[in-house]
Amino acid sequence: MSGITYQRGREPHPKEHRVVFRNVDRVGWDTGIDTFLKEGGYEQLKKALGMERSAIIDEVKKAGLRGRGGAGFPCGVKWTFIPPGNTKPVYLICNADESEPGTFKDRYILHQDPHQLLEGMIIACFAVGAKLAYIYIREEFPEAAQIVEKAIAEAHAKGFLGKDILGSGFDLEIYVHRGAGAYICGEETGLIESLEGKRPYPRIKPPYFPAAMGLYLCPTIVNNVETLCHVKHILEMGGEAWAQTGTKNNTGTRILCVSGDVKKPGYFEVEVGKVTMGEVINDMCGGLKDGRKLKAVIPGGSSAKVLRADETFTVGRGDDARQLTIRDIPMDFDTMAACGSMAGSGGVIVIDDSRSISWVLNNLNNFYAHESCGQCTPCREGSLWMKKITDRVVAGKASPADIDTLYGVAKNIDGRTICAFGEACSWPTESFVEKFRDELVADTKPELEGALVSAEPLTAAAGLR
Amino acid sequence: MSEPTKTDLVDVQIDGVWHQFPKGTRLIEACRQVGVEVPHYCYHPKLTSPGNCRMCLVETGMPPRPMPGAEPPQPDESGHLPISWIPRPVIACANTVAPNMGVRTTGPITEGCRQGVMELLLANHPLDCPICDQAGECTLQEYSVEHGKGESRFREQKVKKPKNVEVGPRVRLDDERCIMCSRCIRFTDEIADDPVLGFTDRGSHTVLAVYPGRELANNYSLNTVDICPVGALTSNDFRFQMRVWFMRETQTIDTNCATGCNITVFSRQNRIYRIVPRQNNDVNSDWMPDSHRLNFHWIDSEARLTDPMLKVDGVHRTATWNEALSVAAERLASLSGSEIAVIASARMTNEELFMTSRLVKLLGAGHVETVPRQGEADGYLVSADRNPNTNGVKLVLGLENPGSTLDRVKSGIEQGRIKALIVLQENLVDDAGFSPELLGKLDFLLATYPIANPTTGLADVVLPGACWAEKSGTMINVTGRLQRLNKAVDGPGQTREPWEIVRDLVHALGGGNGIYSVTEVFKQLAAEVPEFKGLSWGQIGDLGLPLIETGETIPALEREKERKAAGIIVG
Ligand SMILES: Cc1cc2nc3c(=O)[nH]c(=O)nc-3n(C[C@H](O)[C@H](O)[C@H](O)COP(=O)(O)O)c2cc1C
Ligand code: SF4
Ligand code: SF4
Ligand code: FES
Repeated sequence: MSGITYQRGREPHPKEHRVVFRNVDRVGWDTGIDTFLKEGGYEQLKKALGMERSAIIDEVKKAGLRGRGGAGFPCGVKWTFIPPGNTKPVYLICNADESEPGTFKDRYILHQDPHQLLEGMIIACFAVGAKLAYIYIREEFPEAAQIVEKAIAEAHAKGFLGKDILGSGFDLEIYVHRGAGAYICGEETGLIESLEGKRPYPRIKPPYFPAAMGLYLCPTIVNNVETLCHVKHILEMGGEAWAQTGTKNNTGTRILCVSGDVKKPGYFEVEVGKVTMGEVINDMCGGLKDGRKLKAVIPGGSSAKVLRADETFTVGRGDDARQLTIRDIPMDFDTMAACGSMAGSGGVIVIDDSRSISWVLNNLNNFYAHESCGQCTPCREGSLWMKKITDRVVAGKASPADIDTLYGVAKNIDGRTICAFGEACSWPTESFVEKFRDELVADTKPELEGALVSAEPLTAAAGLR
Repeated sequence: MSEPTKTDLVDVQIDGVWHQFPKGTRLIEACRQVGVEVPHYCYHPKLTSPGNCRMCLVETGMPPRPMPGAEPPQPDESGHLPISWIPRPVIACANTVAPNMGVRTTGPITEGCRQGVMELLLANHPLDCPICDQAGECTLQEYSVEHGKGESRFREQKVKKPKNVEVGPRVRLDDERCIMCSRCIRFTDEIADDPVLGFTDRGSHTVLAVYPGRELANNYSLNTVDICPVGALTSNDFRFQMRVWFMRETQTIDTNCATGCNITVFSRQNRIYRIVPRQNNDVNSDWMPDSHRLNFHWIDSEARLTDPMLKVDGVHRTATWNEALSVAAERLASLSGSEIAVIASARMTNEELFMTSRLVKLLGAGHVETVPRQGEADGYLVSADRNPNTNGVKLVLGLENPGSTLDRVKSGIEQGRIKALIVLQENLVDDAGFSPELLGKLDFLLATYPIANPTTGLADVVLPGACWAEKSGTMINVTGRLQRLNKAVDGPGQTREPWEIVRDLVHALGGGNGIYSVTEVFKQLAAEVPEFKGLSWGQIGDLGLPLIETGETIPALEREKERKAAGIIVG
C-alpha cells in the first residue's frame, strides 16, 4: 500500500489485499474523526446521499457482496427483502457480537477504524430507509463500545448523524447496545430479541424473517461489521470494479483469522478465492510449528465441519471436476462448501498432530453445551449430552459404542432446530466422528461397553455445571 | 369470517391423499382436520407458537423447480404436480399450507424426528412416573409409547434441578420434569396478563422459575397445570389425591357465575377430586378461574342435609319424604295463595324453574322472586352476575328484573300479608338479608338446600336438595347460550334433585303431572316457553347452543377473537 506504513512486525503479508483492514495497525492512524476525514472519510456518504436509494442497492448487488458474518448470503439481495409498500419503520442492525470461536476480525475494525463502519452503516441505512440503527456489541468488547460511542458522538457533531444529515433531509440515529455475554446473541433473531430486552431466544423462520418481521416486528436488516464496511468501498470503487477483486460469485476481499497450531497466527485480508489454504498456513502464517504435521483444519469458525489433512476433495461438476488436497483449496465460499465445509466467519483453526482429536472435539462440545440457549429440545438436550460423552472419551471412561451414540445424538440435532446453532453444534461432532472415528475409538475401552458409567469426570465437571 | 372462496383454498396432499384447506391453515391444523394427529408439546391453539419442542416436525415437499430451460413439471390426471420431497423437516405447528404441498406424517424422516425428540426429551427427565400426578394423562408418556424408541442410550448423569418449588399458593413446580415447552409462561403472559413465569439459565440447565419476589397467584394460575403437558406443574389441591385413571369424567358446567364455564368433573366412588375446564370456544375457551374450580370441597361437608326434616316443638327431626311433603302440602293448602311467597334461586336449572312456575300457578302464590348475586366482573371469565341462570329465571319463571322485589317480600312478611315462604335452594338469612326475626314471623317456612344453614334452621319443613354437581338440567348463560348441567355424583342420603322436590310438592298438592325424568320436564318446557320451541334435550349437546340474544360478551373471548384476527393465534 503506497504511502502507508504499518507498525513493525504487523505489516500486512504481501499476499494480502487490504481494503477494510487498510488502517489496522497503521502508523499515525487513530480512531478520531479528523484522521478519518483527512483520508477522504465520509466522502462516500456524501456521494450516497445524492444517489437514488435503489441505485445504491444496485451497486451492492453488482458487487456481489456476500455476508461476512457466517452464512455468506448476498447482501444486496437481503436488502431487497424488505416488503414492497412497507409502511412500518425499518431498522438496521450491525452485528458486532463476534462470538464464533476462531473469529477475531470485527474487533479490530471497532477498535481501530470505527468511522469506516459508521460510514458504511449510514450509507446502508440510507439505502434501505432506516432511520434508527443499532450496533450490537458483545459484552466482552468494553473498549470497542467506548470507542464506537465516541465515534458516534463525533459523527453527530459533524452532521453525519442526526437530523437532516448534510442537508439531505435524511435523519438517522445509531445506538450502541451491549450484549450480556451469550454466543446466541450473534444469531440475528436472538440478537433482535435481546435488543428488545428479552432472553435471546432465536425466532422461528418462517414467519420471523428479519427483513420482514424483525425488531419490534418491523423490517430489519442485520449485517455483520465487515459486511457493512464493504458498502463504503463498493460506493467508492463502484460495484462492478469492486467485483473485479476476488473471484466469480466470491467477490471482494475478506478477513481470515487464523488461530491454532501455526507459527504466526493472525488476521489476513485477502481477495476471496485468490489464496489457497496452503498459502495461508505455510506462507502467511509461517507454516506449522517445527516438527509438527498438519492433522486437520476447521476452515470457517468453530461451527464449520473439520477438514482432514490427508483428504482429497472433489469439487466442480462434470468436465470441471477437479481433485484438491487440503492445501489446494482456494479460500472462498463456494469451494469450501463443495469440500463439505463452509467459509463461515473466516476463522481458520489449524490443528496439528500433537493434538488429541478427542480433546479438540470435547473442547468444542464444551463451548456449545455452554452456549445453547436451551429453547429447543434437540439442541438443548443434545449439546450437553454430546459434551458428556466426549467428557468420558477424554477421561478414558467411554466405550466404542459411545461414539455411535455421540454421532446419533448429533444427527438428531442437525436440521431439526429453531436456529442454525443446531448445525453449529452438531457439525463438529458429525464431521469429527466421520473423519476421525479411529482416533476417537482409540481413546475408548471396549470393556466399558454397556457399563453404567455414573460419575462425570471431575475435570470436565469442574469446568461446567 | 366469510366462507373461503374457491381461490382461498389450496390443494395439499397429506399422507398420500389430496385435500383442500384455506390459505394460512397451519399444517398441524390441516392434519387434524383430516383426522391425522401430529404429536406436539409447545403448540397450543390459544397461545403464540414458539416452535420450541420440535415434536411436530414433519416431512414436506413442493413441486420440483425445474432448472432454467428445462421442461416444467406436468400435472398428473388429478391435476396435481408431482411432489419433490425435502430432506429438511419443518414444524407443522407454525408452517402453513402452500399450493400443491405434500406432507408426510409417516415415513423415515418424520418418524426419525419424533423418535429423536422423544429420546432427547427423556434424556434428562427424572422418569418418576410412579409418583407423578400427571401419569396417565402425560403426553410424554403417551408419545413415548407411540413414537419413542423403547430403550435408552443415555448413560450420563442427569441434570439436577429444583424440585417441589412453590411457585404460588396453588401451584407447585418440579423443574426436573419440565420439558421447557413454555406453555405456562405464555399463558401467564398472554392470557392472564401476569407474566411472572420465565426461564433462567441456559441450555440443558434451563429452569422454569417465578420472578424473584413474585408469585403465581392470579385467579387463573391453575390453568397452567392443565396445559403443562407433563407433571412439572401440579395443583396443590389435587396433588397426590388420586391416580387419574381411576376417576370418572362428567362433562358439565360451572355454576359459580353467569359465564357457565364448561368443565369436566373428575370423581371416584361418588367423591369429586378435581374440576378442570373443558374447551368451549363460545364460552370459556380452554380456561376457568381458580376460585370456581376449587369451589367443590364443601360438597363433602359434614353439614350436608341428608334427610327431610320436620320441626316439631321447635326441634328438627328426620322424616320420610312422604311425611315431609304431606305436612308441607297440608300447611300450604290451609293458606290462600296471596299469603304464600316463593323464593326460588337463579342457581336453579331451567327445569327446576319450570316446575317452580307450575307450583306457583297451582298455589296461586302471591309473590315469586329469586335472590340476586352481584359481584365484580374480572375482565376475563368471571361475570358480575354470580348466579348461573339469571337468564333462565327471566325466561322460564317470567321475572323481568330478578331480585328487584325482595324488599316487598320482606315488608309483606313484616306486615303479616305473607304468611308462608317456600325457599328453594337459597339461604335467605346469609345471602338475602332476611333476619331470623323476620322469618320467625312466618306461619310456615319450607326450605330446600344442600347444606344446613340459618334459613333451614328456622324452617318448619327442611328438604335436602341436591347441589349443582348432583343434578342435571339446563341453564342459560350470560350471552344467552343454553347449556347442559350433568350430574356427576349422587347427593348424600335422601337428597333429591330440586326439580324432583318441586314435582313432588306439586303432586302432594294435588297437581298430577306424570313427569319422571328431567328430560320430560325439558320437553314440557320446550312446549310451553316460546324461546325453547322445537328444542330437544339431545340437541343441546355437550357444548350448548345459542338460545337468545343478550348483547353481553365474555371479555376473555373477545380478546381471543382479536388475537385470532391478528393472526397471532390459531384460536
Ligand atoms: C449461532 C450463531 C451465531 C452467530 N454469530 C454471529 C456473530 O457473532 N456475528 C455475526 O456477524 N453473525 C453471526 N451469525 C450470523 C447472523 O445470524 C447473521 O446471519 C449475520 O449477522 C448476517 O450478516 P451478514 O449477512 O452480513 O453476514 C451467527 C449465526 C448463528 C446461527
Ligand atoms: S438451536 Fe439451540 S441455540 Fe438455537 S434456538 Fe434451539 S436451543 Fe437455542
Ligand atoms: S412447566 Fe410445564 S408448561 Fe411450563 S414450560 Fe415446563 S413443561 Fe411446559
Ligand atoms: S409443537 Fe412444538 S415445535 Fe411444533
